[in-house]
Amino acid sequence: MAKRFSIRQQTGFTTIACACFFLLYLPIAVLVIFAFNESSSVSDWGGFSLRWFVAAWSNQQVVDASWRSLKIASSAAIIATIAATMAALATTRTRTYRGLTFKYAFINQPLMVPEIVTGVALLIFFAQIKIASGYNGLGYLIAAHTAFCIPFAYLPIRARLENMDLTLERAAADLYATPWKAFRRVTLPLLWPGIIAGLMLAFVISLDDVVITEFVKSGGQDTLPTYMLGQIRRGITPEVNAISTVFLLLSVVIVTLFFFLSRKRD
Amino acid sequence: MATAAEIEKQAEAREIRTRWYLSAPALIIILLAASGPLLIVLLYSFLTPGPYGDVQWKFSTEGWVSVFLERDIFDDTLSFASAHLTIFWRSLKLALMATVATLVFGFPTAYFIATRSERTRDIWLFLITIPFWTNLLIRTFAVLQVIRNEGLINTALINLGIIDQPIQMLYTDFAIMVGMVYVYLPLMVLPLYASMEKLDFRLVEAGYDLYATRWQVLKRIIFPLVRPGVVAGSILVFIPAIGAYVTPSVLGGGKNMMFANLIELQFGQGRNWPLGAALSITVMAIVMMALLVYVRNTAGSEVRHG
Repeated sequence: MAKRFSIRQQTGFTTIACACFFLLYLPIAVLVIFAFNESSSVSDWGGFSLRWFVAAWSNQQVVDASWRSLKIASSAAIIATIAATMAALATTRTRTYRGLTFKYAFINQPLMVPEIVTGVALLIFFAQIKIASGYNGLGYLIAAHTAFCIPFAYLPIRARLENMDLTLERAAADLYATPWKAFRRVTLPLLWPGIIAGLMLAFVISLDDVVITEFVKSGGQDTLPTYMLGQIRRGITPEVNAISTVFLLLSVVIVTLFFFLSRKRD
Repeated sequence: MATAAEIEKQAEAREIRTRWYLSAPALIIILLAASGPLLIVLLYSFLTPGPYGDVQWKFSTEGWVSVFLERDIFDDTLSFASAHLTIFWRSLKLALMATVATLVFGFPTAYFIATRSERTRDIWLFLITIPFWTNLLIRTFAVLQVIRNEGLINTALINLGIIDQPIQMLYTDFAIMVGMVYVYLPLMVLPLYASMEKLDFRLVEAGYDLYATRWQVLKRIIFPLVRPGVVAGSILVFIPAIGAYVTPSVLGGGKNMMFANLIELQFGQGRNWPLGAALSITVMAIVMMALLVYVRNTAGSEVRHG
């Protein structure tokens, strides 16, 4: 029997799509499988082993870089989310006012400029400040990460706010709640899923960054991704596979949480 | 006595002022750690390189001149900097090819997702979103492992007896392009899906009723309707591709440089910060032009992409 004619069907599209999904996951699967390889090769299978995870775990550089990454990502994500929440409150549920378009453009500006350009700009700028102030700490990295995390944190918070009308806040005001009280007891609880989603996005974006970090970091300030980039350039051992596997797992967990959090509101 | 209108006006002014205070932290952080420093790059591109990196505060256009031209060290004559032009050409070519390739693969994929049932659609979408949010370096590294000489592809081909010697794929332009298509594919699929989701299939049905072939329906009905998604996806892929740093450094090796690697070189061994700054502004100008094309193409259309 001939296949039923479907108006939604396009010749070959399903095949290409399935090939895409397959090819999207094949390299990641290979990477994860060889993280469990007994031998030190990343192409010949020598049996199952966890030795590369142990090796990574006992490598002080990896441990330091991981802590540094987590420290930067959590500081940057928290600051960015607070700033983005305030900015979202200031730019939604209002009539257009002078400067509103400017604010949108400015907040999204880090998304428009290639990372390499921002990296170079910050290298130059922070080099001057480093000389002038003598401070060499993680503050520069946190500031840089916060800036490019703001648009990502802003996105889900703004989306959430735009779906909330002002009725409940007005009701609270009618019942003599102060603006602060109305915000704490009405707006904030309703906005919470958006804020958490923004926080998680910002955290993942900061954790993943290579280019800007590479240019801003001072000596001995490798984050996990810049450490890995250095290792990959030098030649590869399954240790990098093991680190990648743990990293992937963390990202997948966060993205899954984010996905369900943002689905829920529909 | 103030009239009611005046009081209302004052209240409104107060509200707008509060809104500015609220947005101030975000604006200041971005100004200090993203937008502001870009102006310093522009300034640096007109200074003289210092002997150990950094700059001397002396005006010079040499940085900009050496973007395209090189000065002969013996007789001071200018000629085209062929090394730079090769890199510009490679960057443009690879970025455009990656954009077209992601479109060729991404269009059917987005269409496939958009035509699934409500429930399974979310799963497919999720499968595209996961790579989108996982580390770009790790994904590039994954490609590296598959295409290297001892990698999956070459090993499989040798074992099947198709080739005797591994094909050198790694450290070529081809490797960079494959890597970029791989890492940027979700950036193409997501906006395409956003416009296909809204596609009205009654129009497609009408096309078939009027004896259109599948190809005609695709070309004359579906494609024009999802054009905003095509433009948005292309821009989203082209911009990071033209400034790509990780993919060419990992998959291109030291020789097959792109824009970003050339810029990095000026701030490292090259010790020519003004040239690096001028090159950065050049990349940004290309990106701005691409964005302008985008704005021109979407002006007037109401379609928004999340």
